[in-house]
Amino acid sequence: MDENRHHRLRARTLKGLQLFALFIAMCFICIPGLWVVLNSFRPTVEIMAKPPVWIPQDLNLDHYRAMFGGVGEGGVPVLRYFTNSLIISVTSTVIAILVGMAGGYAFARYQFKGKAAIFIGLMLTRAVPGVALSLPLFIVMARTGLIDTHIGLILVYVSLNVPFTIWLIDGFFRQVPVELAEAAEIDGCTRWQAFWKVEFPVARAGVASAGIFAFLTSWNEYALASQLTRSTFSKTMPVGLRDFTSEFTINWGGMCALAVLMIIPALILTFLVQKHLIAGLTFGGVKG
Amino acid sequence: MAQVNLRNVVKRYGALQVVHGVDLNIDDNEFVVLVGPSGCGKSTTLRMIAGLEAISGGEIVIGDRVVNDLPPRHRNISMVFQNYALYPHMSVRENLGFSLKIAKKTQAEIDQAVDEAAEILSLTEYMDRKPGALSGGQRQRVAMGRAIVRHPDVFLFDEPLSNLDAKLRTQMRTEIKKLHQKVNSTIVYVTHDQVEAMTLADRIVIMRDGHIEQVGTPLEVFENPANTFVATFIGSPPMNLLAGRVSKDRIVLENGLDVPVPGQFSDKTHEGQEVILGFRADNLMPVGHAMPMGGASAELDMAVTLSEPLGTETLLFTSIAGKEVQAKMLNPRPVAPGERLSFQLDLTRCHLFDAQSQNSLR
Repeated sequence: MDENRHHRLRARTLKGLQLFALFIAMCFICIPGLWVVLNSFRPTVEIMAKPPVWIPQDLNLDHYRAMFGGVGEGGVPVLRYFTNSLIISVTSTVIAILVGMAGGYAFARYQFKGKAAIFIGLMLTRAVPGVALSLPLFIVMARTGLIDTHIGLILVYVSLNVPFTIWLIDGFFRQVPVELAEAAEIDGCTRWQAFWKVEFPVARAGVASAGIFAFLTSWNEYALASQLTRSTFSKTMPVGLRDFTSEFTINWGGMCALAVLMIIPALILTFLVQKHLIAGLTFGGVKG
Repeated sequence: MAQVNLRNVVKRYGALQVVHGVDLNIDDNEFVVLVGPSGCGKSTTLRMIAGLEAISGGEIVIGDRVVNDLPPRHRNISMVFQNYALYPHMSVRENLGFSLKIAKKTQAEIDQAVDEAAEILSLTEYMDRKPGALSGGQRQRVAMGRAIVRHPDVFLFDEPLSNLDAKLRTQMRTEIKKLHQKVNSTIVYVTHDQVEAMTLADRIVIMRDGHIEQVGTPLEVFENPANTFVATFIGSPPMNLLAGRVSKDRIVLENGLDVPVPGQFSDKTHEGQEVILGFRADNLMPVGHAMPMGGASAELDMAVTLSEPLGTETLLFTSIAGKEVQAKMLNPRPVAPGERLSFQLDLTRCHLFDAQSQNSLR
């Protein structure tokens, strides 16, 4: 009996410790984000207070009002930045997914010379920190006249994302049994139809997750965008955050408000696609 | 409905040749089973008929068309895969109707064909489920349903039962046989299981290392195996084989024991020839527990090393000339290990193979 009680107690203690560790980890992950959201609704005085004011005393929408207001009143061209971000992120994601699908499918299904070397080469490009490329990229873009254009940033993001989407989509197509495409071909499909009607729908979870990653990378990227954009014509939202810094002060409240606007579309997209992700993961057509 | 002819069909992967000039004529409505150990080229041969593998040489004819370079969709065949290969994102109904939809049939035609197939295979109540929500046997039936809705010229089965448990396998085997009688069509079926081959086939094709070893009805290959490979591959337990040498109308086995040369082989052997004597467990039975033997027989006194009761009969392990052989005991009684019994060997049912070529001397 004692032995049983001892083990039961041990199991409960371990479970408790586990939950506590999880709580601490979640604090580290969530509190900065929550702090940003909270600050966007607080007056600057409260944000800057020392010691910090943990429980908000006065919540209002002043920072949002100011942000959407005129230039003189601390306003920034939010809509313009938002549109830029959207155009650049969506276009680069679509291209990265199309290339990633073609590449991932080829790596998963076909044997060709230098396959392993090409794959490793693609992965190695991920080892180079993006910001290390900023100067060479700046020079190339300046020479080709692509500084301060949507196309310039789209190209950069596509090249950043393609190795990753290829790698991810390759993994998903590997999980789709070859026999599915063969069965489709016997059922009357061309190679192309077999891909679009059978293999793609089965692997769409992978394509969707690759899409989320590519979109978020482009949507959140700051370092390269800050080098390659100049004016409201091409500045993305992360770069727009800098509008809140002036020579002597930083408008933290405004910055937080813009950051919240930035987070919302990313959150919505992730939730939308997440449902799709789970639905796509229901394999079962072949014996596992 | 169509016949299938393979003429000197060859498959090479680079320098490696896996199918060596296979010749085979399959008649209209015939159920042919390709059987052999793994790596014998049976699945490759099937995939070449399907068009999933290009052929490296020879000719494949389905009906009256040479289909060598036609893609699968132009061969009017259907195939059931080992792992079912159902489309996981489609319901059973959509899976069944997929080929007809691709062929741009009207919805009414599709519905009729799908319902008919579902009826034949008792799938009616699962029509709206996804494959993931079906049991192994149900998935197998959907895979078969998908094959029959198109009324193809030829059905191809690639080890369709090997993922099922033993009981379900027997059940599905019967269903496949019934299906063949119902839809009356040419079937090429690949398996490594000789029991499946024996029970299903009109004709069995036994393959090894990319060659056809023998083609014949199940009884033919069982009764008259062309060589020692077929003799041991077909039939369970495998045929007992003992090496010996012909001397004065007797076969002298390795330890000096000898038995008469079976009468049917007396004019096919010569003095001093190295031979292999083959007999099935059914032809070596303990006296008093044997089937009545019509012709010549030899009597051997041997100790039993192991017995496996199977209910109506018991399998006895013993040894002749230092080699383990299996015998059968009808109306069995318990046998203790080490017990000596007098066995009768039915010489009229014995086989004799040439030791060098391993081919039957018949």
